[in-house]
Amino acid sequence: MIAIVDYGAGNLTSVARAVSFLSFDSIITDDPAKIKAADRVIFPGVGAAGAAMEIMTQRGLDDALKEVFVAGTPMLGICVGCQIIMDTSQENNTSCLGLIPGSARAFSDTMPADHGGDGFLKVPHMGWNGLDVVRYHPLFAGVGQEDEFYFVHSYYPNPDSEDTVFGTTNYGISFASAVGKDNLFATQFHLEKSGKPGLLILKNFCEWNPC
Amino acid sequence: MLSKRIIPCLDVREGRTTKGIKFENNIEIGDPVEMARFYYEAGADELVFYDITASHEKRDIMIDVVKKVARTIFIPFSVGGGIRTLEDMRAVLLAGAEKVSVNSAAVKNPDIISQGARAFGNQCVVLGMDVKHVGEKAGIPSGYEIVINGGRTYMGLDALEWAKKGQALGAGEICLNSIDADGTKDGYEMTLTRMISEKVNIPVIASGGAGTPEHLAEVLTHGRADAALIASMVHFGTYTINDIKSFLSSRGVKVRKTGR
Repeated sequence: MIAIVDYGAGNLTSVARAVSFLSFDSIITDDPAKIKAADRVIFPGVGAAGAAMEIMTQRGLDDALKEVFVAGTPMLGICVGCQIIMDTSQENNTSCLGLIPGSARAFSDTMPADHGGDGFLKVPHMGWNGLDVVRYHPLFAGVGQEDEFYFVHSYYPNPDSEDTVFGTTNYGISFASAVGKDNLFATQFHLEKSGKPGLLILKNFCEWNPC
Repeated sequence: MLSKRIIPCLDVREGRTTKGIKFENNIEIGDPVEMARFYYEAGADELVFYDITASHEKRDIMIDVVKKVARTIFIPFSVGGGIRTLEDMRAVLLAGAEKVSVNSAAVKNPDIISQGARAFGNQCVVLGMDVKHVGEKAGIPSGYEIVINGGRTYMGLDALEWAKKGQALGAGEICLNSIDADGTKDGYEMTLTRMISEKVNIPVIASGGAGTPEHLAEVLTHGRADAALIASMVHFGTYTINDIKSFLSSRGVKVRKTGR
């Protein structure tokens, strides 16, 4: 059973529908006991890291996720779930889970526009963008060089160590869009909204056995 | 680098699309779920559904369509048309839409934008704008005015001011529809699109007037639009998503490749 962690961060049902489409069973839950007992754990999210961490702490989900990480259970973070695994987030100066050393940073709103004219690059970064694989990961199996993924975010993960960066994406700057460590993998893009390449990574996760 | 988005728009009345797509074998299908699946497979980047059901009592039919679409396609889609309250927005989002678009209701009650943004996040709230060119005059410094009721009612509201206000209130995106260009197939309203897109810092979807891939190339480059809405040019099989994207690619516009 795959536990989809409910920390009030929206789009849980989208992820559940995608998992169900791939013929895997999942439950949406905020019960720490069920999360600790699950075979796999997904923590998706849209919204703000500050609000997300507040609810996590209230419901005891922060400790549950830390325990799941230590226990070696496969874990997948999506979007805000890819930011709250850092130590901190610039979004409301939030203290996060600290599973991967680093911070979540805000895109600058003064990056020059990409059309060569006046104006600034738009924030949030919204739409389809590429993924440059910088380090192979089993979850990338079958992903093509030209595949693109759907992003909606104003903050991005910025790990301290390059060893935890598996993929990068360019939007004004090059940022880490796929990060991981041991049994934990996380993508800044929405696997559940990225068409077939997104579903492929999600399927790979549902079958992943990290050693 | 971010790709420009190509977004087919489906008008749905009481659970049926008002104009079916003509597949290669010339069978017309008016089921919005089947059409959504068709465009998803064909490489559309996103979909927009407009509920044009006249009766508010029959809105549940659209919610049912949204639920079925959400189980079928795995790209973002938005739902608009007749969204008046926070509860209307919640129903559509819970049913599985990624975004909800507000248009007339936001003109009458701008707070719906900020309420929606607070409750669901800015990225969920699309401000739909229907705009007519009226020339520069008192109260309309940009020369473009907001209209509602399908272009019949002038609101005395400047389009550029409204776009900026919408962004300030928390809209995450603007869907900019030119009533003048709509249905002409003569191309998007370039002056309007470029003006709005350059003055706001949220994505702008150009809408109204698409007839050829060249029109999309123009609006996505000179028009500075982030995405382009298309309807009849694909619904009637004149062009495929792949035709359009191949053309855009050849013109140096970055698009997501079809075939995945």
